[in-house]
Amino acid sequence: MKRNLLFGVLLSAVFLFAAIISFVWTPYDHAALDIPNKLKSPYAAHLLGTDHFGRDLLSMVMVGARTSIAVALVAVGIGMGLGVPLGLWAAARQGTFLDELIMRGNDLVFAFPSIVIAILITAVFGAGAVNAIIAIGIFNIPVFARITRGAALSLWQREFIMAARVAGKNAARISVEHILPNVTNLLIVQGTIQFSLGILAEAGLSYVGLGAQPPTPSWGRMLADAQTLVSIAPHMALVPGFAIILTVLGLNLLGDGLRDHLDPRLRVART
Amino acid sequence: MLRHTFTSMLRYTFKRLLSLMISLAVASIVIFMVIEVAPGDPASFMLGMNAQPETLAALRSELGLDVPKIERYFTWVAGLLTGDFGTSYTYRTPVSQMIGDRLWVSLPLALYALTLSTLLAFPAGIYAASRRGQAGDIGVMGATQLGVAVPNFWFAMILVLIFSINLRWFSAGGFVGWDKGFFSGLHGLTLPAIALALPQAAILARVMRSSLLDVLSEDFMRTARAKGLTQRQALWRHGLRNALIPVLTIIGLQFSFLLAGSIIIEQVFYLPGLGRLVFQSISARDLIVVESVVMLLVFSVILVNFLVDLAYAAVDPRLRARS
Repeated sequence: MKRNLLFGVLLSAVFLFAAIISFVWTPYDHAALDIPNKLKSPYAAHLLGTDHFGRDLLSMVMVGARTSIAVALVAVGIGMGLGVPLGLWAAARQGTFLDELIMRGNDLVFAFPSIVIAILITAVFGAGAVNAIIAIGIFNIPVFARITRGAALSLWQREFIMAARVAGKNAARISVEHILPNVTNLLIVQGTIQFSLGILAEAGLSYVGLGAQPPTPSWGRMLADAQTLVSIAPHMALVPGFAIILTVLGLNLLGDGLRDHLDPRLRVART
Repeated sequence: MLRHTFTSMLRYTFKRLLSLMISLAVASIVIFMVIEVAPGDPASFMLGMNAQPETLAALRSELGLDVPKIERYFTWVAGLLTGDFGTSYTYRTPVSQMIGDRLWVSLPLALYALTLSTLLAFPAGIYAASRRGQAGDIGVMGATQLGVAVPNFWFAMILVLIFSINLRWFSAGGFVGWDKGFFSGLHGLTLPAIALALPQAAILARVMRSSLLDVLSEDFMRTARAKGLTQRQALWRHGLRNALIPVLTIIGLQFSFLLAGSIIIEQVFYLPGLGRLVFQSISARDLIVVESVVMLLVFSVILVNFLVDLAYAAVDPRLRARS
């Protein structure tokens, strides 16, 4: 299991590093056209080849990593920022009308897959990377609310919470001071999973034109460009495809590894 | 006992039905409100910048855009309930007919993918669980780890490259329709369905495995073994039924993901389904179509979750009691 965690950290780090480096350096200007060198398979000058405009695919993948990571990260932020307080609140008021209202509201939001939210937002405001962030972010809210509520409910039954109540702390303070620190591990693990799902969702949305718009490079858009050329330049599809797969794989392994690492009971139960 | 089961099931169904109605009502209000704040008037978009005010007013009244929003909402909902989804701004054909035509692509595609994903995931999950910790288990889990990470539309492109362009077994895009027979229709949807199904199968196989492993460590399994059943018999007779509950939830959730996912996959294969309809409508600002397709998608998600809840309660009486 340790090996998986290490592999996950390594893969995720590579793409994070590529995204950061791309702010100061890429092998070529990612937007520079070089028609004489178009559709080149990987070779020494262009390590991952070039696209139909002669743009360097390695540079595009590096800059695209920025878009993917930014969109997925902010979307996880939205999901956690709204979902966790809602989940804590619902758990603190367990069994009341408020709890029911929050959870039914969650079910409702859950009925809108992120592509559907993106379609609605795009129909109204036009396409853009911000739409993808909002769409994936909204989809994340009920995920975090549910998982927080579920974990918080069992914590509310524990003696140390009873002690805090006896000491006169109110529900809000108990939620923040005692419940939240105890669900953090769970949230980190879920955050990693939602982050990887966010990267997949962002790629899908920009592939169909609901996400990042040109000239903002994104892995999904690179795949959309590759689609009609896949028979003559398969590398155009393979390069961004593998970038997505490896990043998501890395994050998933990281999430699994963290879960095993942070929760010793699971480590025993799973082996 | 039987009567008690019946009444508790009935009460549960009624409660869930009520919650289904409320969800649908709220969803329809949300969708209507979002679309209503859309900038740009469909009528002026259709007629262009230089339209005469009288023509514009006439078209607005023809499209029903000149009545108050509240009234329009209720007209829309009443229409939805009776199967009249209004008239497309662009094509001037009934939206219900447009959706109906496309549904014959999207729905079979989602069902086909769901079937494939279940058929793949069940054996894989059961196999991995029964070989826990051994090479077979590690192999299956490794494959599913990869399957979860693959974007389905990318996988679709690779399938096209291999099976359409190189091997020429399937067409690379378009859909012949169901007129040429069930099997030729099915053949046309095979690659898209595989592309949709494989990543979902990976998730489902993982859930199946972990759910079975949880059940295997239960006391009743040990009792079953103590009664003299072999591990395999105990697994089939007692383990599977109990392990199916979480799997059922995931299958329910997957259906909605598949329907939504088919919107993207349809773009890869140029399939004339709901996804293409929605994208054409967005660019033509044919918002009444967007509104209705989105409502239909959300309706199907809510309905499937409702059915899963009922199936749940039928399998596990404890859930009925709890509600």
